Amino acid sequence: MQGLRSAFAIAKKDLQTELRTKESINAAASFALVILVLFSFAFDLGREELYAISGGLLWLVYSFAGALIVNRGFARELPNDCLEVLMSSPAPAWSIFLGKSVAAFFLLLIVELISLPVFGLFYNIRWLQNFGSLAMVILLATWGITVVGTSFSAVTVNVRLRELMLPVLLYPILIPLLIGAMGTTTALLGGESLGGDNIASLRLLIGFDAIYTALALYLIDFVLIV
Amino acid sequence: MREKAVYVLGLLAAFVMIFNLNTVFNKLPDEAMQGAVYRIIFIHVPAAIDADIFFTVSLLTAVLFLVTRKFIWDSVTVSCIEVGTMLVFLNLVTGSIWGRNQWGIWWAWDLRMTSQLMCFLLYLGYLLVRPAIAEPTQKATLSAIVAIFAYADIPLVLMAIRLPNVRTQHPGPVLETGNLAPAFRAPFGIGILALLLMGTALVLVRLHQETTRREIDSLRRELHAA
Repeated sequence: MQGLRSAFAIAKKDLQTELRTKESINAAASFALVILVLFSFAFDLGREELYAISGGLLWLVYSFAGALIVNRGFARELPNDCLEVLMSSPAPAWSIFLGKSVAAFFLLLIVELISLPVFGLFYNIRWLQNFGSLAMVILLATWGITVVGTSFSAVTVNVRLRELMLPVLLYPILIPLLIGAMGTTTALLGGESLGGDNIASLRLLIGFDAIYTALALYLIDFVLIV
Repeated sequence: MREKAVYVLGLLAAFVMIFNLNTVFNKLPDEAMQGAVYRIIFIHVPAAIDADIFFTVSLLTAVLFLVTRKFIWDSVTVSCIEVGTMLVFLNLVTGSIWGRNQWGIWWAWDLRMTSQLMCFLLYLGYLLVRPAIAEPTQKATLSAIVAIFAYADIPLVLMAIRLPNVRTQHPGPVLETGNLAPAFRAPFGIGILALLLMGTALVLVRLHQETTRREIDSLRRELHAA
C-alpha cells in the first residue's frame, strides 16, 4: 500500500513537472505532427488505400512520440543527482518505476489525443465511428509502449549515447505489440467492430502488457540498484 | 585445459561438418521438385535450431547472473548470444538464397522469416547496448535484463505473426509432420550436431576472451586507483 502511495506521488510529481515545463510533451506533439505531414508527402494514396494503411501510420507516429517521452522518464532525474536521492528514499524500486510509467502513460496519451484529430483531419479518416473500441486499443498499446519504454529508459539512463540506444532496444521489443495494435486499428478505422479476428489481436495486446508489466516490476530491482 | 577443449571441439566440429557435407553433396540424390538447391536445408534449419538452443542457454545464464552475481554467467550469456545471433544470420542468409532460387525473390514477409528477423534484431540490440555501458557490474546486470526482455518477446512475436491476414509462404513444418524422407533424417541430425559443436567451440573461445578482458579491465582499474 505504501509502495502504491509512493508510486502515485512520483507519477504526480513527474506529471506536474512536465506540465509546468512542457519540455518533452511539446517536443513529442510537434514531432508527431511533423511525421503526419511527412507521411502525406511519402504516400500518394486513394481513399481505400489510405484506410488500409491508417492503423500502421497512426502507430508509427505514436511509437515515435512514445520513444521521445519515455526517454525523459529517468533522464529527468539526472541533474542534481535526483536519481540517487530517489533510489535512497524509502520508496521501493518498483514503485518508482510504476510511478514513472504511469506518468509517461498519461503524457503519451495526451500527445495521442492531440494528434488523433489532426490525423483524421489531414487524411480524411473518420476516427469517431468506433471510438470506444479504438480507445481501448489505444489504452492497451500505450501502456505497453510506456511500460517497456520506461524499463529501457531506466536501463539506458547511465549509458553512453542514451538517446540512440533507447530506440535500438525499444522498437524490436515493441514489434508484436505494434503488429497487434496496427492491425486492430486499421480494422476499427475501416468500420469493422471489435470481434472475430480482432479479438486475437486484442488478446495479444493484453498478453504483452501483462508479461512486460510483471517482468519489469520484478526486474527493476536489479536495474535501479546498480 | 580449456584451450585443449576448444581444439578438440573445433576439430570434432570440422570433422562432423565435412563428413556431413560429403553425405549431402555426394551421396544424397537431388530432390524431385527443387533439384540441387534443397541441400541448403541441411545448414538452414540446423542453424535456426541451434540458435534457439544458444538463446535458451543465454536466458538461463542471464537469470543465473542476476541471482548469483558471478561474472562467469555474464560471460556465458554474451558468448551464447553472439554465437546465436551469428547462427540466426546464417539461417536468414541461407533462407534468402533458397528463396531467390525457388520463389524468385530474396525476401517475403512470411511469418517464420519475420520472426527470425525480429529475433536477430532483438539480440542485435543486446550486442549494441553492451559496449555502451562502461562500469562492469552495471554492464553485466543491465545486459542480463536486456537478454531476459529479448527472450520474453519471442513467444509474443510468434503469436503476433500468426494473427489473421498474415501471409505465409514458408514451406510447412516438415519435421513436425514427419514427412522428412528417411534418407534425409541422418544428415539433418548430424547437421544440427555439427553446428552445435562449432557453436560450442566458438562460445568457449569467446568465454576465454571475455574472462581475459575482464582481468585486464580490473588490472587497469587497480592501476588507475593506485
